[in-house]
Amino acid sequence: MESILTINNLTKKFGYLTAVKDLSFTIKKGNVYGILGPNGSGKSTTLGIVLNVVNKTQGDFKWFDGTVSTHDALKKVGAIIERPNFYPYMTASQNLKLVCKIKGVDYSKIEEKLAVVGLEDRKDHKFNTYSLGMKQRLAIASALLNDPEILILDEPTNGLDPQGIHQIRKIIQDIAAKGTTILLASHLLDEVEKVCSHVVVLRKGEKLYSGRVDEMISSHGFFELKAEKQEDLIKLLESNTTFKNIKVENGLITAFLNAPMDATDFNKLMFEKGIVLSHLVQRKESLEEQFLQLTDNN
Amino acid sequence: MLRLLNLELQKLLLNRASKVLIFVSFILPFTVLILSSIKINFFGFFTLELGELGIFNFPIIWHITTFFAAQFKFFFAIVVVSMIGNEYSNKTIKQNLIDGLSKKEFILSKFYTIVFFSLVATILIAVASFCIGMYYSSYTEASIIFRETDFLVAYFVKLVAFFTLCLFFGMLVKRSAFALAFLFILYILEYIVLGLITWQSNYELAEKIQNFFPLKSMYKLIDQPFQRVMMTKFPDKMDLTYNYAVHWYEIVIVLCWTALFLFLSYRILKNRDL
Repeated sequence: MESILTINNLTKKFGYLTAVKDLSFTIKKGNVYGILGPNGSGKSTTLGIVLNVVNKTQGDFKWFDGTVSTHDALKKVGAIIERPNFYPYMTASQNLKLVCKIKGVDYSKIEEKLAVVGLEDRKDHKFNTYSLGMKQRLAIASALLNDPEILILDEPTNGLDPQGIHQIRKIIQDIAAKGTTILLASHLLDEVEKVCSHVVVLRKGEKLYSGRVDEMISSHGFFELKAEKQEDLIKLLESNTTFKNIKVENGLITAFLNAPMDATDFNKLMFEKGIVLSHLVQRKESLEEQFLQLTDNN
Repeated sequence: MLRLLNLELQKLLLNRASKVLIFVSFILPFTVLILSSIKINFFGFFTLELGELGIFNFPIIWHITTFFAAQFKFFFAIVVVSMIGNEYSNKTIKQNLIDGLSKKEFILSKFYTIVFFSLVATILIAVASFCIGMYYSSYTEASIIFRETDFLVAYFVKLVAFFTLCLFFGMLVKRSAFALAFLFILYILEYIVLGLITWQSNYELAEKIQNFFPLKSMYKLIDQPFQRVMMTKFPDKMDLTYNYAVHWYEIVIVLCWTALFLFLSYRILKNRDL
């Protein structure tokens, strides 16, 4: 698969503080990536470096096949970092026109992209009259102007109200569905879980994990169970080597798997042993649980 | 180049404050020029007509108009520092770079704008001086008219250099008000150094060295014309004579400063994390 961004041993130091430490990963075309990490883990710094606004200390990165200069490559990239930055005294369409001039895009795209984010009616209003949600949507429209190969979003829902968050998330999902590569930095895990197929997990500037979301920790998931004969069930589970540990909470038994097992097979097994289940759910750890597990272990 | 100029002009002309300042910086020198060229009657007591003094004669008019018009450069200087200050306070500089403008292009777009406005100002002053001169001047032979038009070149170089200095201060401190304060500090500093050298050696040497300083070298491009006007009135007074011409080495010094300021602005931006 074609790679869009390759980062090799990237390091950034701010004085004594090392914000990014020997970071390497590759972004492949067509996937939706999440960069996860607590506040101050170096997400924004990493994005700043590849976006030409922060100078690296060591290492290197290359856009696409590495033959174009960073600022030319950025003309094929759409990016929003932190807060939406526009000229407050210009209207939405004037602001986008300026971006068109920088990126060398035709002005006809302006109307089209404003429609994508639902700002057509407000396009002739000045930027400083916009609400935060509208500003963020305008930023997305601006990032989409050049039909980018990759869309980079840094905390796109920060500070928005629930409707705003929902709108932005919907727009991101629509864009992802069209096959655009997306790189989403966030500390909001359910956000990443909902849209991303791959994650890079950072902590204190170091990479803890990079790969598919569902392979983040070697886990086979767990069963949530309820039955009339609870003691028998627990005894049975404890004697079975497929389960590593069993937790009982408010009458709900949680049994973690050691090896893969199908819910149908499990149900059949229980029935043969004379236990009838009143509740059976097979689940995998949520991204949040996985993330906490990963960041605690290291 | 046109793309970068176009970019910056959009940023400036859609901003009401800078639009007003640009307008003022062009209109004010003209108003003064035109007012001074008409006959003013002070309620019948006496009439003041500066044209009678011979200051609108070719070729001295080039000297006079460029000298006075240059005093109005401060208005556009505010525009220059605020166009950097605003980029920082709105964080649009960051967005511009992310959108694919290189740091070099960013500085160049500001510099081209400076050159563009300096050029427009020079052309306007040239046209206005020419018209007023044609009306008042006692001599209208082509050879006399176009003598000393090198003052226009000096005027242009002076404006470009001064605004590039403002650009540099703007990049250095990121805030428009502080950048203007720096200009003032530099002005004072040049005189303190002058004083120090005078104290250590003598005034003549000190003044020679001061002619190499940024603000002083820009000022020296077009010397004050008052003494020259006096010279034309009293041609026999030899102690009034001074060298008021535009010298090639003065232009070279100022161009060196301009190049240095432009380069330093670029270096600052290049090494800065935004």
